[in-house]
Amino acid sequence: MADETITLEVSRYDPDGDSEPTFQSYDVPFQEDWVVLDALNYLKDQVDGTLSYRWSCRMGVCGSCGMMVNGVPKLTCAVFLRDYAPGPIKVEPLAHFPVERDLIVALDDFVSKLQDIKPWIIRDVEKPLDEGVYRQTPAEVARYQQFSMCINCMLCYAACPVYGLEESFLGPAAIALAQRYNLDSRDQGRDQRQELVASDEGIWDCTLVGECSAVCPKDVDPAGAIQQAKVASTLDWYKSFLLPFPGRRKQKTEA
Amino acid sequence: MSKPYRRPMSKLWWLRRRPYTAFMLREISSVFIGAYVVLLLVLVWRVDAGPSAYAAYLDTLKSPGMLAFHAIAFVFALLHTITWFLLAPKALAVWRGQKRVPAPLIAGPHFLVWLLLSGGVAALFLA
Repeated sequence: MADETITLEVSRYDPDGDSEPTFQSYDVPFQEDWVVLDALNYLKDQVDGTLSYRWSCRMGVCGSCGMMVNGVPKLTCAVFLRDYAPGPIKVEPLAHFPVERDLIVALDDFVSKLQDIKPWIIRDVEKPLDEGVYRQTPAEVARYQQFSMCINCMLCYAACPVYGLEESFLGPAAIALAQRYNLDSRDQGRDQRQELVASDEGIWDCTLVGECSAVCPKDVDPAGAIQQAKVASTLDWYKSFLLPFPGRRKQKTEA
Repeated sequence: MSKPYRRPMSKLWWLRRRPYTAFMLREISSVFIGAYVVLLLVLVWRVDAGPSAYAAYLDTLKSPGMLAFHAIAFVFALLHTITWFLLAPKALAVWRGQKRVPAPLIAGPHFLVWLLLSGGVAALFLA
């Protein structure tokens, strides 16, 4: 068993020399307890030091090692070689993102979208520090906690064909993060986020394929966040007709 | 500075994985639902035109092509209804204190009302 190997077909791309990515096959030792990331680390350490990819924590927390494994977005630290035995295992950079080199994708668009939704607690007026912290009940925390578990691994974007077809789409993680703050009882910034979230590039671009939630390693359910934001935005629209005073329309997102 | 490589997206992306194909089938089901609604509207129009027009339209609906369409539309109507009802809990987050009401308790009533309405309509026509 010690001599047993498994084949990895790894996407390689050198921006200075290649016109497009190509696959390179490597045989790596098949170890029962190796994840795909272990195999990549073996390749980089023992076979080809030029292989480029991102990773950090190796325990499903940092969200750095997301790649396409046999066509499905995965954290490579969370999938075992044995899950794909006898192989081969095809490893590619996350789908829908531009490829910088080998398995590394450009993050600029994703990071920009995260910033655009203002992912922080916004207050109309901050209360003085000597008045203490903003307190929440366990029920108030429960409303947004699931959406706060995102580790920005971008697997949901790689699983979303809408993002693949329309790069302007705000995307699952950014909208889930907006919903996370909109549902936070301490936050008063929903109106500021709504212009972008409820735009054509926001929630209404989503056709509910649902794979963003299926591939999420933290069970964030961005597809649910988007649909709940659609319900809240639709209620806003009806209230704009039914309620006479705009001030009365302001509400915490209910979903 | 080198430019990142943008991978083209195949027009057949929806055939690459089963969940994507299932999604496309759910979307295509809308076409059959829409076509069936058109047939129903034509039915109302022919009823208004008189008994002979109505009878002629019924004969048209009995043609092999129309029967095949109805069989396919029925399958897609089931797919459309079941898949959307199963997705309803994603949009409806109902809370009881710190616990979210489980998905089956959201989807279940949708199916129950669907069965009751369908049973009512069937009883009306079979009576």
